[in-house]
Amino acid sequence: MSRRYFGDYVFRSYGWRHLQSRVMIGLLAAACGLVLLPLFSILGYVVWQGLPALEPAFFTQLPGSVGEAGGGMANAIVGTLTLVGLALLLGLPWGIALGIYLSEYGRGRFASVVRFSVDMLSSVPSIIIGLFVYAWVVIPMKRFSAVSGGVALALLMLPTVARSTEELLKLVPGHVREAGLALGLPRWKVILRIVVRGSLGAIATGVALALARVAGETAPLLFTAFGNRYWNQGLDQPIASLPVQIFNYAISPYEEWHRQAWGGSLVLIALVLGLNISMRAALRRKGKTGDS
Amino acid sequence: MTTTSPFLLETRGLSAWFGNAQAVKPTTLGCAANTVTAIIGPSGCGKSTFLRCLNRLHEEVPGARAQGEVFLENGPVYGPGVDPVAVRRKIGMVFQKPNPFPALSILENTVVGLRLAGVRRKNVLRELAERSLRLAALWDEVKDKLDQPGMSLSGGQQQRLCIARALAVEPRVLLMDEPTSALDPVSTARIEELVTELKKEVTVVIVTHNMQQAARISDRTAFFLLGEVVEFGETSRLFTNPVDPRTERYITGRFG
Ligand SMILES: Nc1ncnc2c1ncn2[C@@H]1O[C@H](COP(=O)(O)OP(=O)(O)OP(=O)(O)O)[C@@H](O)[C@H]1O
Ligand SMILES: [Mg+2]
Repeated sequence: MSRRYFGDYVFRSYGWRHLQSRVMIGLLAAACGLVLLPLFSILGYVVWQGLPALEPAFFTQLPGSVGEAGGGMANAIVGTLTLVGLALLLGLPWGIALGIYLSEYGRGRFASVVRFSVDMLSSVPSIIIGLFVYAWVVIPMKRFSAVSGGVALALLMLPTVARSTEELLKLVPGHVREAGLALGLPRWKVILRIVVRGSLGAIATGVALALARVAGETAPLLFTAFGNRYWNQGLDQPIASLPVQIFNYAISPYEEWHRQAWGGSLVLIALVLGLNISMRAALRRKGKTGDS
Repeated sequence: MTTTSPFLLETRGLSAWFGNAQAVKPTTLGCAANTVTAIIGPSGCGKSTFLRCLNRLHEEVPGARAQGEVFLENGPVYGPGVDPVAVRRKIGMVFQKPNPFPALSILENTVVGLRLAGVRRKNVLRELAERSLRLAALWDEVKDKLDQPGMSLSGGQQQRLCIARALAVEPRVLLMDEPTSALDPVSTARIEELVTELKKEVTVVIVTHNMQQAARISDRTAFFLLGEVVEFGETSRLFTNPVDPRTERYITGRFG
């Protein structure tokens, strides 16, 4: 029996490891493909189905009369932008302020109660949020309204914004805050002008994600913003939105409305992706040049 | 408060706690204007804590407190009615790890203290930035890229940027907590040179683990042990002829 040298084992095990490594890389690639497959098939299918519906009239006209060809979703597009804008207006300052509080001052019992409540809020199903707003805003106002829809979406985005802001600010090392204090700056200035400012890009990404999520919400709008076949007549009046319009059209029996529902879906996806991408791009540019 | 002392910065019976643990025992020392005072001592003996009491940064740590008196130019640093924010404007600090502010350019980093204190005129800020960057011996390396992020500099450059940032608000005292311990020998030598230069402008208190460094750049040295000043005196005397046997043991490397 000839003697085996250590090198032989190494060589053999190297070949074996090499094979193993290739198999694993192959598996990883397959897993990535499997993840990307649904995403791109959704995108592809929506584009394929929705594109034919996107005539100029789709963006400029109100919905046509029941079941007939023609007309568009101009009011729903504007409506969704309005609702998202309202949600941003109501939810953003509140969410960021909560995030700053939790990260910078959040010690002790009260803060953990706040943190826990925020987490609970994020796990409340969106339809329940809608019901809550229905009970507390719609009923007292005695009508469906854009404002109540904005409140519902703001409540939905609040926990995401607050917690992502908190987590991002916590990533800023303590010695950065100390360096600010050591310059003779009051704590609030250090927090707002140095700590928060330094994380603005990341915070905005979190906000964009939260917005993108709520822009497509249907359930909480059903009994708050309600929907409207015409232009919205003021923020205290019902307002159309893409998700609700898509929902109503998709469950209708009319071929033409199905076509338009696909068109609406494509616009909604484009809005959400566009929002996300443009927010990131704007912040990247800002981060490079700096301001002040 | 009391009669004028010969010191620019002086502590009387200054002690510090973290919760119930005393980190610094009553300490009395003084630093004359335009001198460099080195603080040496083994790890955990309270050097950083002592330093951070001088600009009232210590009390920002939850549960931490300080007691005793500190005077800057004969004015109290502790006491009712003294605003820690105002104190810190006059007593700047440089930390162990270079920490330029993220997302701020080199220029913005340098003048951020002034900018946030309300100085808005662009040309004024720029002039002051140049002055501070020159003082910190960084100007020539960054003058063509003031708009780039402070984080894009090398570690040694970042530390000098932090020194420039601290100097821009024109403090009377500059506290440095092991400012070179994260740097390579060349950067360290540059900062040591810089400290010697800066003496003309400010009074420096520097914590260092490097005894050669203390010997090279300081006028007086304080040796801390277990939260107490064991010996404080002329640097050259302390290193060649220590009075306390514990000092001697420490500087000859026989305990740590
Ligand atoms: N944040 C803190 N909370 C509680 N105790 C602390 C804290 N920071 C420091 N201490 C304690 O205070 C004592 C002094 O610490 P300090 O940081 O002043 O030491 P040091 O001399 O600067 O040490 P080193 O040379 O390692 O930096 C140590 O016993 C340390 O454990
Ligand atoms: Mg220390």
